[in-house]
Amino acid sequence: MPIQILLNLSIAIIWMLLSSHFSFSTFLVGYVIGLALLYLFKSFLKFDLYFTKIIAFVKLILVFIKEMIIANLNVAKIVLSPKLKAKPGIVAYPTELNSALQVTLLSSLITLTPGTLVMAFSDDRKTLYVHTIDIDSKEKVIESIKTTFEKGILEVTD
Amino acid sequence: MSEIVISIFLLIGAIFMLLGAIAIIRLPDAYTRINAATKASTFGVIGTMIGLFLYFSYAHDVISGKVLLTIVFVFITAPVGGFMMARSAYHAGVRIWDKSVRDDLKEDLKQKINKPEH
Repeated sequence: MPIQILLNLSIAIIWMLLSSHFSFSTFLVGYVIGLALLYLFKSFLKFDLYFTKIIAFVKLILVFIKEMIIANLNVAKIVLSPKLKAKPGIVAYPTELNSALQVTLLSSLITLTPGTLVMAFSDDRKTLYVHTIDIDSKEKVIESIKTTFEKGILEVTD
Repeated sequence: MSEIVISIFLLIGAIFMLLGAIAIIRLPDAYTRINAATKASTFGVIGTMIGLFLYFSYAHDVISGKVLLTIVFVFITAPVGGFMMARSAYHAGVRIWDKSVRDDLKEDLKQKINKPEH
């Protein structure tokens, strides 16, 4: 992975020197050309294009924005309803993520989504304790986190 | 036209800030209130900051990266703060609302899987 970024950067710099026009936009054009070249040669170079990671990351951000809007409306409904019908509770969420970075990312995303809040970790980092403002069933909470955030994080960092 | 778009973003931000404030008053216990506080800071900050960014780019022809960076930094710091408050509240013995449906953490603490820090 570092070597292809290096290749990409050197193509961009070579492009900038060839066009003898030193500005950020020329560099950007060169960078895009480098990406296209890397894409053409990817079967010879024998590595996954690092750009797929960036696309996966953008996808994760989009999923997060969508989830956040939905959750915001849900929580607004709970707060503004005349009688508080919320059923808050703490759910133990088993995660498959291994590294500390992945777990940190997951718990940040969970906490940023309105209505859910990470409260504690187990010592082996395998269980997150998620305080949820409105629980229908434990399985539903776990399922919704698993299919959105955890899947996205696995795609970005694997 | 641009004024309308900017106003919509500012209004969305302000409305969610207001909702956050109402939630802090109405919700029953510490943990649901921490939830409400983090929510207000995320959506409210996004709304106001995007409105501000658009205002600068329309009215002053300035692309203000600082304003967008504000969103990023709030997003990095807000979950850490919320997590620390909730965790320390729980270990300090603040009870969760008596109408809460379940408390997995309590059971696991009993089994000494998660030892509280001293």
